[in-house]
Amino acid sequence: MNGLLRVVAAMLLLAVCGQAAAQDDLAPPQQERYRVLINELRCLVCQNQTIADSNAPLAADLRDQVHAQIVAGRSDAEIIDYVTARYGDFVLYRPPFKRSTWLLWVGPFALLAVGLVGAMAFLRRRRRDAVTAQSVDPERLREILEDKDA
Amino acid sequence: MIPEIGHFALLAALAVALIQVALPLLGVWLGRPRWMEVAVSAAQTQFVLILVAYLCLTWSFIDMDWSVAYVASNSHSQLPLMYRISAVWGAHEGSMLLWVLILAGWMTAVSVFNERLPRDVLAMTLAVLGAISIGFLLFILLTSDPFARQFPVPLDGRDLNPLLQDPGLVIHPPLLYMGYVGFSVAFAFAFAALLSGRLDAAWARWTRPWTTTAWLFLTLGITLGSWWAYHELGWGGWWFWDPVENASFMPWLVGTALIHSLAVTEKRGLLKSWTVLLAILAFSLSLLGTFLVRSGVLVSVHAFASDPTRGVFILEFLAVVLGTAFMLYAWRAPKLARSGELNLMSREGLLLFNNVFLVVASAAVLIGTLYPLFVDAFDLGKISVGPPYFNMVFLPLSAPLVFLVGIGTVMGWKQARLGDALRRLRVPFVIALLVGLSLPWLLHRKSELMAMAGTFLAVWAMLTALVDPWQRIRAKKNRWFGLRQVPRAIWGMSLAHFSLGLWVLGLSFVSLYSVERDVRLGPGQSVELSGYTFAMEGVQHYAGPNFDADRARFTVSRDGRVLAELDPEKRRYRAQGSMMTEAAVDHTPMRDLYVALAEPLENGDWAVRVYYKPMMRLVWLAGVLMALGGAIAISDRRYRLASATRRAAVAGGAEAAA
Repeated sequence: MNGLLRVVAAMLLLAVCGQAAAQDDLAPPQQERYRVLINELRCLVCQNQTIADSNAPLAADLRDQVHAQIVAGRSDAEIIDYVTARYGDFVLYRPPFKRSTWLLWVGPFALLAVGLVGAMAFLRRRRRDAVTAQSVDPERLREILEDKDA
Repeated sequence: MIPEIGHFALLAALAVALIQVALPLLGVWLGRPRWMEVAVSAAQTQFVLILVAYLCLTWSFIDMDWSVAYVASNSHSQLPLMYRISAVWGAHEGSMLLWVLILAGWMTAVSVFNERLPRDVLAMTLAVLGAISIGFLLFILLTSDPFARQFPVPLDGRDLNPLLQDPGLVIHPPLLYMGYVGFSVAFAFAFAALLSGRLDAAWARWTRPWTTTAWLFLTLGITLGSWWAYHELGWGGWWFWDPVENASFMPWLVGTALIHSLAVTEKRGLLKSWTVLLAILAFSLSLLGTFLVRSGVLVSVHAFASDPTRGVFILEFLAVVLGTAFMLYAWRAPKLARSGELNLMSREGLLLFNNVFLVVASAAVLIGTLYPLFVDAFDLGKISVGPPYFNMVFLPLSAPLVFLVGIGTVMGWKQARLGDALRRLRVPFVIALLVGLSLPWLLHRKSELMAMAGTFLAVWAMLTALVDPWQRIRAKKNRWFGLRQVPRAIWGMSLAHFSLGLWVLGLSFVSLYSVERDVRLGPGQSVELSGYTFAMEGVQHYAGPNFDADRARFTVSRDGRVLAELDPEKRRYRAQGSMMTEAAVDHTPMRDLYVALAEPLENGDWAVRVYYKPMMRLVWLAGVLMALGGAIAISDRRYRLASATRRAAVAGGAEAAA
């Protein structure tokens, strides 16, 4: 309850100060957290902008909420939970790792593993075949490049 | 009358395109050289016709013919002439027309600079390009006619999207399209080579300059787009991993991979089927990018579902082009002769890994871009995939590649000795390490691990890029003579790799040491940022040709010395009432100072965004230099020499005939 009161009080204070001064009253480590957080949240009414970048009123409002939560001593995880509860996963530019998104996070690295293993296997096979193989025939190349009537 | 001529020219172009596909292919099949030759004149005729259509549309814009619906939607009587001309590609219909115009331009270039191509390969290549052209011409004529009239005729136009009223945006789309569409040439060569079954080192040599040219335009286009976003969007960012940006970045990554694998195929006759696959993929991603940007699917899956005509057409077209290409590939590729030895410890061995990293990086961008669409389409909720995701995934996929570049460029072909390579790399490695450890602290008094790693990689890439030309120069007795003996292809490669390092340097510093503040300022007040004082002198109102603006005057000073005067603006465009931000930037190679007006507050105060961005310029400078590297590489003697001999042969033949 106490925490909630502090949030409300902070919000009221902010409403008076306006968003422009928002980050100045934070201690430097908190300021850094604030900056990181607002750069990872999506402005819901804009076309693909973070709330840090957007000038929309809704973005300003969300910035104020983040600021108030930081002032109230909430951790980053708690703040993320708070905004997700209100706006859904859509607000997060860093999608959470869950059943519907595991492929998103794992996919690229799985592909890299497949690619690297595949390339190594390819090189191996090539070394084995190399005994009988021959490289490009320079004579044939010149012939094709200079072939006038082909 | 003029718009009707344009429309008719497009119809005629379609007819010519049909001939360009049918006759040459029949000619190849039946062995009739005269039929094959039709491809050349058809390609050039098509270019002229599409150019006529394009000029008709341009004239309608200049003439402010509001009876043309597309013109009325994207222009205005107060719009300056420059923007009325560039407004032709300001929206969907016109940009598709630009797309086919550029395609016809590439086609014509192929038909002119074809001297070394066997006649049947040329005929098939042009036929494939003609087929692509048919698809896009049909798309324009059936779903996106830019010449459609409307009645009643409105009194004035609805104006060009104000975001696009910027000099950067005048040339950004044409450059980008030159790149996108340019990959169609590599695609057509690959397709023709698969059809004819003659896929050899000569094929790689024909394809290389075309691919590099397309790639350098794409590089310039992306760089310019980033620079434009930085100035015009007003939040100091230069890359947002927006789907529209990703749409151009994916073909760039695969195109880069293609350039490198083409080198292997030309030099060593290896990786043929892989190179062909990359040529197909690069163009596929260009088409996919067009689909993503043009179909409306990015805004919402549901927007796509509610007005599907255009999207479905491109999707079907995509399916036909890719389906045909991959089927042909699956049929022919296994028959390609496998030959040659491939060692890990060789340039081609490392280039193979370069390809793995580049293609996987491109796949990662693709996954991140499309994932939200799939999640939405399958009703699994709505998610956003943004910069935090891409930065986290992309970094481990690209950092090893930059390190690899350094080793690859000093490694010889075939079978290199590791000892030799290591000896050449000793000095660059030590210098890169020392600079990496010290530079972040020297410049910013704050050593971050990421900054040190980034600086190390950057200096590493820059120095190792110089090793190859340096050793070639040193091998000659007369250094000056040696300098001129280095082939341009080597200079181009060195410059491009050097630029990669420069880019990593700029990227590292600007992303780790930027400082930004949002402040409330009134006239006479100031804010300090990283030792620079930004003082707001005042705000003035003025009227532009088609907008009203508030222009603020800032004086930037350091230690009492005035460095610059900056005039950021907030504009309101009259026709649509939309607000635009014009940021003001003072820059040196080492830092950008950036001011943008966010929004007016009460009492004449403004919410202002100020940024200090170290080494921001290097990011774009690197992009331009990288493209220049490509340009130098394609001017290599190797390509010109062969065409000179060919010209001599043609002249000789003409004399003999006469």
